[in-house]
Amino acid sequence: MTNYTVGEPIRDTRAPEGPIEDRWEKRKFSAKLVNPANKRKLHVIVVGTGLAGGSAAATLGELGYNVTSFCYQDSPRRAHSIAAQGGINAAKNYRGDGDSIYRLFYDTVKGGDFRARESNVYRLAQVSVNIIDQAVAQGVPFAREYGGLLDTRSFGGAQVSRTFYARGQTGQQLLLGAYQALERQIAAGTVKMNTRHEMLDLIVSDGRARGVIVRDMVTGEIERHLADAVVLASGGYGNVFFLSTNAKGCNTTAIWRAHRRGAMFANPCYTQIHPTCIPVSGEYQSKLTLMSESLRNDGRVWVPVKAGDDRPASQIPEDERDYYLERIYPAFGNLVPRDIASRAAKNVCDEGRGVGPGGLGVYLDFADAIRRLGREAVEKKYGNLFEMYERITGEDPYTQPMRIYPAVHYTMGGLWVDYDLQSTIPGLFVIGEANFSDHGANRLGASALMQGLADGYFVLPTTIGDYLANGPYGEIDEQAVAEAETAVREKIERLLSVDGDRTPDSYHRELGKLMWDYCGMERTEESLRKALERIPELREEFWRNVKVSGTAEELNQVLERAGRVADFFDLAELMCLDALHRTESCGGHFRAESQDADGEALRDDENFAYVAAWEYGEQGPVLHREELDYEYVKMSQRSYK
Amino acid sequence: MGMNLTLKVWRQKGPQDEGRMVTYRVEDVSPDMSFLEMLDVLNEGLILEGDDPIAFDHDCREGICGMCGMVINGVAHGEQVATTTCQLHMRHFADNAVITIEPWRAAPFPVVKDLVVDRSAFDRIIQAGGFVSVPAGSAPDAHSVPVKKDDADAAFDAATCIGCGACVAACPNGSASLFTAAKITHLGLLPQGQPERDSRARAMVEQMDAEGFGGCTNTGECTAVCPKGIPLDTIARMNHDFLKASR
Repeated sequence: MTNYTVGEPIRDTRAPEGPIEDRWEKRKFSAKLVNPANKRKLHVIVVGTGLAGGSAAATLGELGYNVTSFCYQDSPRRAHSIAAQGGINAAKNYRGDGDSIYRLFYDTVKGGDFRARESNVYRLAQVSVNIIDQAVAQGVPFAREYGGLLDTRSFGGAQVSRTFYARGQTGQQLLLGAYQALERQIAAGTVKMNTRHEMLDLIVSDGRARGVIVRDMVTGEIERHLADAVVLASGGYGNVFFLSTNAKGCNTTAIWRAHRRGAMFANPCYTQIHPTCIPVSGEYQSKLTLMSESLRNDGRVWVPVKAGDDRPASQIPEDERDYYLERIYPAFGNLVPRDIASRAAKNVCDEGRGVGPGGLGVYLDFADAIRRLGREAVEKKYGNLFEMYERITGEDPYTQPMRIYPAVHYTMGGLWVDYDLQSTIPGLFVIGEANFSDHGANRLGASALMQGLADGYFVLPTTIGDYLANGPYGEIDEQAVAEAETAVREKIERLLSVDGDRTPDSYHRELGKLMWDYCGMERTEESLRKALERIPELREEFWRNVKVSGTAEELNQVLERAGRVADFFDLAELMCLDALHRTESCGGHFRAESQDADGEALRDDENFAYVAAWEYGEQGPVLHREELDYEYVKMSQRSYK
Repeated sequence: MGMNLTLKVWRQKGPQDEGRMVTYRVEDVSPDMSFLEMLDVLNEGLILEGDDPIAFDHDCREGICGMCGMVINGVAHGEQVATTTCQLHMRHFADNAVITIEPWRAAPFPVVKDLVVDRSAFDRIIQAGGFVSVPAGSAPDAHSVPVKKDDADAAFDAATCIGCGACVAACPNGSASLFTAAKITHLGLLPQGQPERDSRARAMVEQMDAEGFGGCTNTGECTAVCPKGIPLDTIARMNHDFLKASR
């Protein structure tokens, strides 16, 4: 599939006109309100219980709506937001170091490489300050200074200190805050929680999202849940690469099914690759673990000068080491941004200079730091990270250099939404990583938590009211419900009936490898065409030769995985097509054909300053362009030399 | 060059099934594999043979979501200290070792299938009072109430509980005291948690008892297996708050 057609342009019509700082205020005022007595008659489904879904379900419950929430884990507290380490940005300017809402807005637009919508980003920066207030009031134990006030740190290139944190477990603490608020609403009876349930299709009746088909993962029962509006907060799709820093269960099925039912998918090719992860150790590898980027403050990155040099690090003399980041980027050295560090690591490994198993790793060496600062000081700063590394690799980073390699970490693309966070299907709202809205082509560190909670606590609860106030939307078409349910049953039966000789995981691994090689850190027309040729072949083989053991009427983890892999195949194809059509490099999307003389990413604002929103079509995808206007932040090229 | 292992694994089709230990051989296990990856490899083989693979809970595989948990050689999460099952690696086992693998065993955690148990009792304990009642948008400025650094740090230490349930599995009484106390301590140490401190302690302890968890007799097995090292003195704090609230 390399063909697509171009449809009508698409535009957000919900952001009010006028000065950017007034738009959210105006929208809040113009949004219709729902009479408190009517709220409990209005039913909202929320899929996913991470920062976005958990906070949204809790807040909608507090407002008095009748909410039903779903998660695939055994408890809403386990969603993968929990693994976020670094922190959460907010324009509090508690340090008086020149931060402001405008500066956070500016940094986010620029960091996103001018591929995000200004109105949305400005609102995110505005709301960021309320998130910190909310979290502190809930009892989130942020780091504090001796005076009792909140501590902050700087993060990812920002020149101000605006990142609030709770040791290396900020995501955990914020998620538990949202989870506790959610449990409070469950006890109050406003939210009905369904754990171990997986959404398998969206019910669209009369052009509106009216419910979901889910599978009870314990009994296998297929259930229909009907509502007045549906909110998807099902996270990102990094697991299309099989190996990523995502949790094992993270998948694309909820948003992909919604896409198949008419929700446009925006910028699927924008993928963030994190430079400091623990490398793959063998064929059995099931996931990758990220280590905080802060390590690059004191660690020096190097590989041997000679390709194929397999001596242990300690036996490679100083003049046979290539500290390539310091060499290529003398101004920023080891502290170049994520995408640049990742690509440089890939390049030296491609030259055969990588270290460790399979030659897929580079050294991150603390010997100099230990000599300079002493072991104790290094231990104080990085002790917990060194311990984590040692636990996983069995190697002691105090006496031998760490090995690191980039890994897929976050997906900026997702379902297209307007300023109200509503998709192209009326009544279907999409929040958190599942939507595409705020990060453009590259997300800044400590901004994912901010966006998830902004959407869930503050934006969606207002905008969804406007939609619901215009209801009720009439009877739900029984035929639409039955059709969705039948489609789900048929897919399950089909997966179980193949009875071939390869497991779902083995196909997922192969697909992931293919995506990593051809649609990973560096993409070329040739690699993408190859992927687009290979994916349909592999998918065809999957449907002919996959082996799913067990039955549909029980807890069947093989069946769960098979269904998710099937959807990853289709998404992978759209990602490659999107990457192929976008011949520029921007943010997390690096096209080798589009670089400047120094090998840096070259944007093409003339032709690509738009959001690519893909509509599903039986005859192939249809591209709808949303042109991006920059009224406030002037477009410019990034430089880190 | 890999290790060869004998696994004795608890297999149970569903809550009604009696369950039994079943022996498996796994060969050529890399010492760099995680424990769950070793089970993945075993399961891939079982699927191809048409057998039912071993069901187990897991998600983040980086020690923070709290979803995984097995009793390995009689110890919840295995013998490595402060380590979840997903972070346990095979290099800690000897070649030709025999390893027993069982689910958490406690009446309030019924087995769903094989190594998967139902821990929803923990959610209900939180529902009873493990929160601060503050609707979105109603919060004062975050700096309006300073918090002593020591209190914030101690609250954080208790708040790192991942809700895995190892404490219950390890306790000879099947007590959920460490889990419940961790939350009571976290919120009770912060000014934001004061208005509901009494009602929280009372309601959470009552819910814990209602779920059928046993009482605490200070054996300390819970804190010994806790992957996050939640300290035993949180339980003293819970008892203090509960008694004060019940007077």
